[in-house]
Amino acid sequence: MPETPELIAETIVQEFSEFGDDWTLKYEFLMEQAIHLEPFPDTYRLDAFLIPGCQSQVWLAVERTENRYHFFADSDALITKGMIALLLRVVQDQTAAAISATSFDYITKIGFHNQLSPTRANGLRSMIQRIKQTVV
Amino acid sequence: MASINDIRAAFPYFSQGPGATGYVYLDNAATTQKPFAVLEAMNQFYIHSCANIHRGVHRLSQSASIAFEDARGTTAQYFGVNNPQQIIFTSGATESINLLAQGLAKSHLKPGDSIMLSVLEHHANFLPWQEWAHAHQGTLKTLPLTSDFEIHWPELESHFKSGIALLSITAVSNTLGIRLPLEQIINMAKRYGVPVCIDAAQLAAHQYMNLDTLQPDFLVCSAHKLYGPTGTGILYLAPSWLNSLPISKTGGGAISKVSWEKTEYVDGALRYEAGTPNIAGVLGFAAALKKLQQWDLATCEKHEQQCLNYLEQQLIQIPEIIVYAQGKPKIGSLSFNVKGHHAFDVGSFLDRYQIAVRTGHHCTQPLMTHLNVSGTIRVSVGIYTSQDDINAFINALKKTLVHLLKYHA
Repeated sequence: MPETPELIAETIVQEFSEFGDDWTLKYEFLMEQAIHLEPFPDTYRLDAFLIPGCQSQVWLAVERTENRYHFFADSDALITKGMIALLLRVVQDQTAAAISATSFDYITKIGFHNQLSPTRANGLRSMIQRIKQTVV
Repeated sequence: MASINDIRAAFPYFSQGPGATGYVYLDNAATTQKPFAVLEAMNQFYIHSCANIHRGVHRLSQSASIAFEDARGTTAQYFGVNNPQQIIFTSGATESINLLAQGLAKSHLKPGDSIMLSVLEHHANFLPWQEWAHAHQGTLKTLPLTSDFEIHWPELESHFKSGIALLSITAVSNTLGIRLPLEQIINMAKRYGVPVCIDAAQLAAHQYMNLDTLQPDFLVCSAHKLYGPTGTGILYLAPSWLNSLPISKTGGGAISKVSWEKTEYVDGALRYEAGTPNIAGVLGFAAALKKLQQWDLATCEKHEQQCLNYLEQQLIQIPEIIVYAQGKPKIGSLSFNVKGHHAFDVGSFLDRYQIAVRTGHHCTQPLMTHLNVSGTIRVSVGIYTSQDDINAFINALKKTLVHLLKYHA
């Protein structure tokens, strides 16, 4: 049983607080998260699992075991992949009810609120939407 | 002759905007910063002569109308066009090409026709023609280029012989910065009666053009890439097309007589400018063009060229860097990638190091497919770009590489 999304989000905020305002450390941390993300199964590398974006490609797939959801994700850009890794840490193997209720406010707290703007330049908002839609 | 410092002093970006804190803007192919003169011209209109044009007898409308037509004259002169009526104001290059495509679809283009574009095209000069082709069983053909982006002349000639209804090409690639030999292409097209449309969105910001000499059939460009405001641009029509290109946008201001049965349209540029145009934008555009003439764009271009050459020399010394169209003359832009790393990651770090560049496909996905990449990092210079800016960029890139090379994508 994973910790609750709230607790995991708090841990992430805690981890980022150590970097202060140093963006290079934040980005390096993201890339670190990216390379440790569970490998994306090739069977899911299909357009159906692609989240369209102008800047980088993002794949997101999900498997359901009983009432819990397990996500797989990938991106061709490491920083983007690191952002997805941060999203997935919170929702991984949670129930539909927990995922639907998850607040992604911690993204703002760790200083990535710019990444949430609904522009064509990034897909973070689309990723969150896709995660939530998947479990509805 | 204006020095770089004089030019920079004319742009509030450097004294009041992000440039004042050292943020280096190298995304000029997307849009340029605006000089005080442009902001002033737009302000003056809104404060002193805000009125609709070509409609009223009152003095405000008259002075606005005169200023608007003066701006048309300034624009025509800038582009080497003797008759200002050949300059139609639009909202930008995208609208210009759409107006043209819809107009040509009504008369010139026949179902099954072939339109030729280059692999370098911005989506703005690709999608309107693709839409037409899909709707009319038309064919899109590719301007024959060698792997080194040189024209394959015999193949081009045989295409012209077999029948091309329109050739619509960019003057300069917004991604690679390479220029197509417009003069020779237009000469050959004319021998076979093929109309030519030029997308000058990039070129016009870097080189003077003389359209009366070059003689394309159509030319489009956007003001905002020429230090003017957004939401303004031009569609140039050759004399033979003026009044004969069918109208695709109708409404007030373009008519001479309207009845239930029939409408007669005015001749000249107004025929194509239905509705209230972006008056302030047009006045701002004219102000930008006057500044470019005052600074002498030809001198500015030499300086831009030095910056780009210096940039390329610096980049090719870094082993992890791939420069596209390496060694070829470039205008305005240069694209590169870091081996094994995504452009988005490079651009994200550069932004943190105070550098604005563009990353991604630059609205040129067919070119990305041709280059077999998902995107590039594009550096694009403007008349205010200094060698210090390039040095700042190279330093930031080297710092970025230190971070990225710890990881493998």
